[in-house]
Amino acid sequence: MFAPITLEILVLVLGFALLLAESFSTSSSKRSLPKIALFVLAWVFAFSFFTAPAPETVEPGSFWNFYSASPISLMFKRIALLTTMGVLVMSLDYESTLAKFIPSSRPGAGTGEFYILPLFTCAGLMLMASATDLVMAFAALELVTISFYVQVAYMRSNSASLEAGIKYLILGALSTGFFVYGLTWIFGLTGETHFDKVALKLAALQNSDTAILFALLLVLVGLGFKVAAVPFQSWVPDVYQGAPTPVTAFLSVGSKAAGFLLLLRVLEPFLGVSSIQPKVLTVLGTMAGATLIYGNLAALPQNNLKRLLAYSSIGHAGYLLLAVASVGATVTGFGAVGTTIGFYLFAYLLMTLLGFMVLTAVSTQTKGEEIQHFNGLSKRSPFLAFALLVAMSSLAGVPLTAGFYGKFLVFAHAVNAHLWVLVCLGVVTVGAGFYYYLRVVAAMYWYEPNDTTPIQVSSLSKAVMALLVVSIFVFGVNPRPILSALQGAPAKVAAAH
Amino acid sequence: MLTTLLLVPIVTAIALLLGFGNRSWAKASALVQLALTLFVWSGYDQTQGGYQFVSSTEPLFAGLDLRFSLGVDGFSLLMLLLTGLVTVAAVWMSPKIEKRSNLFDGSVLLISAGAAGAFLAKDVFFMYAFHELALIPTFLLIGYWGSGERQNVAWKVTIFLAVGSIVLLAGLVDLYLAIPVALRSFDLQKLQEVAAQHVIPATAQVRPWLLLTAGFGILISLFPFHSWAAPAYASAPTPVAMLHSGVLKKFGLYGIIRLVVPFLPEAFKQPVWGNCTAQDLLLALLLCNILYIGLVTIAQRKLDYVIGYSSVMHMGYVFLGIASMNLIGLSGACLLMFSHGLSVAALFAVSGAIREREGSLNFERLGGAAKAVPYLAICFALATFASIGLPGFSNFASETLVFFGGFQTGASSFLKTSTILALWGVVISAVYMLRAYKAVFLGERTASAAKWSDLDGSARFALAALPLALLVAGFFPQYFLGYIKPTLEAALR
Repeated sequence: MFAPITLEILVLVLGFALLLAESFSTSSSKRSLPKIALFVLAWVFAFSFFTAPAPETVEPGSFWNFYSASPISLMFKRIALLTTMGVLVMSLDYESTLAKFIPSSRPGAGTGEFYILPLFTCAGLMLMASATDLVMAFAALELVTISFYVQVAYMRSNSASLEAGIKYLILGALSTGFFVYGLTWIFGLTGETHFDKVALKLAALQNSDTAILFALLLVLVGLGFKVAAVPFQSWVPDVYQGAPTPVTAFLSVGSKAAGFLLLLRVLEPFLGVSSIQPKVLTVLGTMAGATLIYGNLAALPQNNLKRLLAYSSIGHAGYLLLAVASVGATVTGFGAVGTTIGFYLFAYLLMTLLGFMVLTAVSTQTKGEEIQHFNGLSKRSPFLAFALLVAMSSLAGVPLTAGFYGKFLVFAHAVNAHLWVLVCLGVVTVGAGFYYYLRVVAAMYWYEPNDTTPIQVSSLSKAVMALLVVSIFVFGVNPRPILSALQGAPAKVAAAH
Repeated sequence: MLTTLLLVPIVTAIALLLGFGNRSWAKASALVQLALTLFVWSGYDQTQGGYQFVSSTEPLFAGLDLRFSLGVDGFSLLMLLLTGLVTVAAVWMSPKIEKRSNLFDGSVLLISAGAAGAFLAKDVFFMYAFHELALIPTFLLIGYWGSGERQNVAWKVTIFLAVGSIVLLAGLVDLYLAIPVALRSFDLQKLQEVAAQHVIPATAQVRPWLLLTAGFGILISLFPFHSWAAPAYASAPTPVAMLHSGVLKKFGLYGIIRLVVPFLPEAFKQPVWGNCTAQDLLLALLLCNILYIGLVTIAQRKLDYVIGYSSVMHMGYVFLGIASMNLIGLSGACLLMFSHGLSVAALFAVSGAIREREGSLNFERLGGAAKAVPYLAICFALATFASIGLPGFSNFASETLVFFGGFQTGASSFLKTSTILALWGVVISAVYMLRAYKAVFLGERTASAAKWSDLDGSARFALAALPLALLVAGFFPQYFLGYIKPTLEAALR
């Protein structure tokens, strides 16, 4: 048995090795780099079952007390690995579009890093899952964000991609500033950086509610940006639309998962302070309501599928925040809020990856990402149409899909916490969601195609899509494997009331 | 056994969607579904009662008694029989599909599977989840193969049902949380025992009652949530209209009788607004269903709209049986769910057949069809008589029980008044159904009607099974009521 940290080390070594290989290899051998990356990641994933998780312990003075090797963090590492593999498969399909926007003298030159940078993002996500220390969490978060800056702007002769890169960089840097400032306040108040110790110190503080709240607000600004919560969502549509599609998918899943994981960890100490808990929950509830409304209503008129998925990503942040805002209530039977969020993120990963994979496959051949480019897809490729139908149904929350189970748990928590206003908003936004997700389905099944040539999909992508479709149904009927792996969730938020 | 019953239509539907087979596969699946239902019916030990044929998995969620479990009692058996009969008729009466017929047939089977799953589930979560299996197929079917303003209608019905379902979900969670922690479960069998202990205080029953009545009410087209129903049935392809109005809509009523009646009986007597009790509120709404929608139906000039609105109107009687909250009224409500499902499915089957021949269901363009298509005319006449409530059909037996239920001892004066007013609905439905029959089948024969061909082959048997079942249940209601009674007695304990 090996220590779980081996996994991050392996991924990082793989990343550096491939970067080196990329610069010395010929253009024909470069094409095999993403396949090598995929192959090795699959082995790392398999290897993760031979690592020994250890319970979360804080040993004073020990070097490793910023790193938790708990089973739950191992679970998140596996999810990060799977996501990265999905993104790499998608990137292979995206090759032709990518090459078009990279000016070069030789074909395929300059595209190699595109397949290697996701590895660093993956390592960042994996480290973040294990972070139990503010500094460590921040360093991991920045590894994720900075590698995203490069990937978003990767298509350097495409103005939309560059615009997206600039927007993401400037707003991202600003939000990081807020986040770090918040962390310094926390350190200033407590003198500690380890989450558990911060929690103890914060709970013992007297008469410093305002200072604590100020620190929390700064942190919320920073993390609100990462998870795309209103009012820090303005970057999302443009960045999602401009970035290369595989990067959009990664951003949508990875950035959100990282943000919520960190949000839960950071919130936990603050919710332990009983005097400010109601205020914190009010702020979270307001953010949840605003995010729900903005994300879902602004998605209604979108005609570009990528942009629509961007607004939907905001909308889903709203449901996740709704769960976070329910932590105040005594938890009775629906499990901890952290488990719910973990499951929701997992379901979101399945359906979002599936949606973006179909989008990549279709848009590289129809040369467009508008909903009208999906007209009559059920005739051109019944398989892709069905896969997107499943993804959209799951995103909308049709029962027997994984997406519904997530929504069910979120609503259960919200009703349990008597957040009736937010529940009403949720009912309205679910209705709106059905409209904009099913618009895609209607285009695929109701309308005639403009062009009847069948759409080709590589067998690797087809296999991954089929796997995602099956997983959506399997975990929609029996979520037990995921839920039990998530028990005793990342943040033990539930206990903090 | 029950798992097979559930899997047959689902697996066939998946095979059809993947491009294998043709309509004969759908027909075979429907027949197997009906045969298995009859097999379960004959194997059900009525003297013992309760849930039988139970199969159950481990809890899906640590700390939550939520399992994938199937089981039937007398009430769900009756609903399954309805599903089986209507599915067979729906598949056989499906119009000829030129384009992508497998997608059509597969979606129809999925609707049927959703309904069957909802009635088979012994767990509240899966009862709810299976009902929504029908949502996306319905959306595709109405939007692509429907008639009239099919796409607008498809949007309307999907959004209505989706919002209704999510209100319902909130209501179910609220009901669940109202039960004391130690007794909580998603298992209908256990819930039945829990409900008998009257664990929810009277004042705490009102909020879940309102949420559940609104949620189920949207699915059942209770006034004022009815506006989706008639256009949806009018635009939907024949099998969808038959399955939706005949079977799926009964899911809401099934849910009310399974959950609201046993758990929230006190809510009916609790004030919700000033002096107005929940029962008064429900009575006022159902009177709107019966009288207002009844008058709306009379004003219709198209056969499909007449049947669609009449189906909305008849939901009022079922609600009247539920509002009376006694054994007689509820028995009538249950039997009426079965009877109305069969009669409305037969009506939609015939109207769909006529649309296929004429292309329109406008009364102005129809007339004298009885000579051209005598078989369809007879089936329509039988279903019309049933729908009006002629003695001999089970609709009569059930409506009589509903009205008797309204006059039981302890009935409030408003309940009695409502029952008297609701009686006039029978007259209203006689007016519009007989007028519709006259406009379509009697009188001067139109030029195009002369060229129509009558129903032939095995479709005749599939269609005739519906009025025949109505007659059987009409002459021997006691046999069917025997199956419902234990469930209702347990619910009213």
